[in-house]
Amino acid sequence: MTVATESNRTVLFLARSQLNQLIRTLADDGYQVVGPTIDQEAIVYGDIASADDLPIGWTDVQEPGKYRLQRRDDEACFGYVVGPHSWKKYLFPPVTLVATADRTGTGWQLSTPETEPPRYAFLGVRACELAAMKIQDKVFLGGPFVDPTYQKRRAAAFVVAVNCTQAAPTCFCTSMNTGPRCSSGFDLALTEVADGFLMEIGSEPGNAVAARLAVMPATSEQLERGNSARQQAVDQISKKLDTTDIRDLLMNNLRHPQWEEVAKRCLSCTNCTMVCPTCFCSSVNEVPDLTGDHVDRERSWDSCFNIDFSYMNGNPTRNSIQSRYRQWMTHKLATWHDQFGSSGCVGCGRCITWCPVGIDLTQEVASIRASQNDSSVGSAVSSSHDEKGNS
Amino acid sequence: MKPAATAHPHNPWLAHAVRIAHTETAAPGVFTCDLVFEDPLTAAEYSFSPGQFNMLYLPGLGEIAISISSDPDQRDSISHTIREAGNVTRALAQLPVGTSLGLRGPFGSSWPTEDCVGRDVVLVAGGIGLAPLRPAVCHLLANRERYGELNLIIGAREPFGLLYPLEYDAWRAHGLNVHVTVDRANSDWHGAIGMVTNVLDRLWLRHAENTLLMTCGPEVMMWYSVQMAISRGLNPKSLYVSLERNMNCAIGLCGHCQFGPQFLCKDGPIFRYDRVASILKVDDL
Amino acid sequence: MTDPTSLQITSAAENTAVAVRPRPRLAVFKFASCDGCQLSLLDCEDELLAVASAVEIAYFPEASSRMEPGPYDVALVEGSITTPHDAQRIQDVRRIARTVVTIGACATAGGIQSLKNWANHEDYLRCVYASPEYISTLATSTPIADHIKVDFELRGCPISRHQLLEVIGALVNDRRPRLPAHSVCLDCKRKGTVCVEVAQGIPCLGPVTHSGCGAICPSYDRGCYGCFGPVAQSNCHSLTNQFLDSGNAAETLLPLLRNFNASAPEFREASNRVAEISIERNGASHR
Repeated sequence: MTVATESNRTVLFLARSQLNQLIRTLADDGYQVVGPTIDQEAIVYGDIASADDLPIGWTDVQEPGKYRLQRRDDEACFGYVVGPHSWKKYLFPPVTLVATADRTGTGWQLSTPETEPPRYAFLGVRACELAAMKIQDKVFLGGPFVDPTYQKRRAAAFVVAVNCTQAAPTCFCTSMNTGPRCSSGFDLALTEVADGFLMEIGSEPGNAVAARLAVMPATSEQLERGNSARQQAVDQISKKLDTTDIRDLLMNNLRHPQWEEVAKRCLSCTNCTMVCPTCFCSSVNEVPDLTGDHVDRERSWDSCFNIDFSYMNGNPTRNSIQSRYRQWMTHKLATWHDQFGSSGCVGCGRCITWCPVGIDLTQEVASIRASQNDSSVGSAVSSSHDEKGNS
Repeated sequence: MKPAATAHPHNPWLAHAVRIAHTETAAPGVFTCDLVFEDPLTAAEYSFSPGQFNMLYLPGLGEIAISISSDPDQRDSISHTIREAGNVTRALAQLPVGTSLGLRGPFGSSWPTEDCVGRDVVLVAGGIGLAPLRPAVCHLLANRERYGELNLIIGAREPFGLLYPLEYDAWRAHGLNVHVTVDRANSDWHGAIGMVTNVLDRLWLRHAENTLLMTCGPEVMMWYSVQMAISRGLNPKSLYVSLERNMNCAIGLCGHCQFGPQFLCKDGPIFRYDRVASILKVDDL
Repeated sequence: MTDPTSLQITSAAENTAVAVRPRPRLAVFKFASCDGCQLSLLDCEDELLAVASAVEIAYFPEASSRMEPGPYDVALVEGSITTPHDAQRIQDVRRIARTVVTIGACATAGGIQSLKNWANHEDYLRCVYASPEYISTLATSTPIADHIKVDFELRGCPISRHQLLEVIGALVNDRRPRLPAHSVCLDCKRKGTVCVEVAQGIPCLGPVTHSGCGAICPSYDRGCYGCFGPVAQSNCHSLTNQFLDSGNAAETLLPLLRNFNASAPEFREASNRVAEISIERNGASHR
């Protein structure tokens, strides 16, 4: 994807009545258009056949452990923040076939599936979600081994970003420098105003699609309305995560009493990791057919909150909620920097909203940070390794 | 999005078909399994460095990470010395010669044999920890003239738990000082009794500061070996340990084997001690 | 984690030692229960023939009038212990079975009938029976593991037939069963089901409940009833606090916690605590 810099982008205006034309154009190009839609009392991501499928006139109200749909007093298509789903369900599906084995007369035929990937057009990608995709690109494409499923799906995807015009109390993208403004990583980016959308072009494929739409250069009045709509999101963000030296803060406090404290509340239920747009843990399992002659190797989403995730020689390495919470949070906010050169957190707030007991990671970090002036905590504890033997 | 320039060109989930060429008991509950590639082209392309591991795959049962224990210059077959522990290893132990299975690899970091050139080297192995060190022993002895004094300390719980005992004399003949010690033994045993650290404590070191140590075995044993090495004057940057965690994908994508900032499968299993020292003693990490 | 359903999962291994072994002898015993878990075995349909070829079904009164005497290699035990006679009979089962696998919430946690553990046993007898003096029953319903050593427990009300097949397959092939140990939440998320507790305020036991059902209830806008019992290291204390803090009356949580797995220790402790809170708050009796 070639990405033009923000400064030389032409901003276009797409009338609200023309939104369906965008969806149709993408569908005509062979894309499966997916985007926000209302299902199960939430705004989730699903197939979008027309603008009627969008959550028109609805918004989400979020707080730690709580999410509710609410009517808006206007007919905005993208007048919500983020929901329980993230785009990773399309790029890194919950269950993927990674390999197969078929019994032959003399042994096994071992293969990997060579299927054509679905071509998705993502409609309504937020700035924090663009950041999450860049992070997962690093994970799945940036190392010595590339994941073929992710690679194919990612390469085939068309991204229509939509700038946030409001924020939830759980949002903290400004702390993570990921939003709320979409600045790169999209083919097209929209900003919703009352009568339509300001449209920025982020790539050649985006330009080609825009060229087939009934768009006009935006007027300065329209640009101004777009600016103030986006500014509203910035102004609404209240949550902060102080990321100063956060890697060392956490790694120097692996024995901090706060881990035990959060473990009293944490259910170790995996919800935070499942809704996180960057969490990538998975397990490959054998799925034999009835005869046992054909075996699918299925990769499923897994979580560091599962006890058996760390099984080694019959025993879990992380056999307590506190050790698992510590693994998740130190990975997300600290060791991710060592591994992938950035934080693993984009500040979308999903882990806060969708935690059934409303644990807020920003507060857990703040508790550890606040204690740093108190010398009595964070001291080393005695180790259990007090025996030695050969084997 | 383009993959990293260094990315491997093949689908990393694709296993190679291999066959069991030979299998034998190595110690109680431990067996050695020699594998050959079914495809000669794959066999010709395959090479590994001492300390690396393979994923062995029994369709329907699952996949396990096993260190390679054969001589890296020996191209006819690949050996793995395996402890019977779970479903896959126990099934593997029962398989007859000729059985077909899958192999992905090699994966992971290797012992720093290049850094050993011109230096004295101490290898410390505990129990089955000798298996991943055996390729290093082979490599060092095949290029014996490039290294200084070579010592190998082998520890086991009991004499019958010692791996590859018939090879020790040949290793000695090629210039490796082999020291064997066991935790306990009956009167038939004429060797040393005690921990590997006791041997390390008394080992004659020509130039401690120019000696490199590699150790593999239980984490506790490695920890005390490293502490002993430091107290003997070895540089913490010259100490190497081989760590173990649950591995699932072996290609750094699944998250299982994380140990602090490290992915054991791609950053490890072999680490320079000073790079993991701060997290080695953190419980349940 | 998926449900491996095949019995032939030994792959190459079955060409060797396994194939020449005689078929293990399987027996199915019923204690206080509804028979639903036994029916899961009959429900296997396509796989039933595979089961029959892998094991010799020697004793299964629900399915066949042919009843062969023990000893058996594997005993599947359904139901809880509620009578003195059953308390003796389960000892006999243990003596004649090499491996005992308990199946279902009754056998693993005491079942719905363990609600009697909170009630006055004599009152119940007088209410239900015209001549209670002819009834010989214990004051409690208890899981099998309270009486004998159990080799493997398979949870659920009813059990998952996929899990049952996995356990039988594992026993036949002398390996450890592969059963997922995560919470119901993970299954909801993999399916794309939106959390009913967070989005709708419905009290849901999913976060503390063992996987196995396929997360059915939340996909129909119902909270999880905990049919598969508490997940390992479940934090019921925190979850019930959350239910209470978000406005649920303590007494409405009791029927949720006192259900098919009411007497599973984690759920029992949580419900007893909730009952105490209920009494504290409004003096009502929910003992």
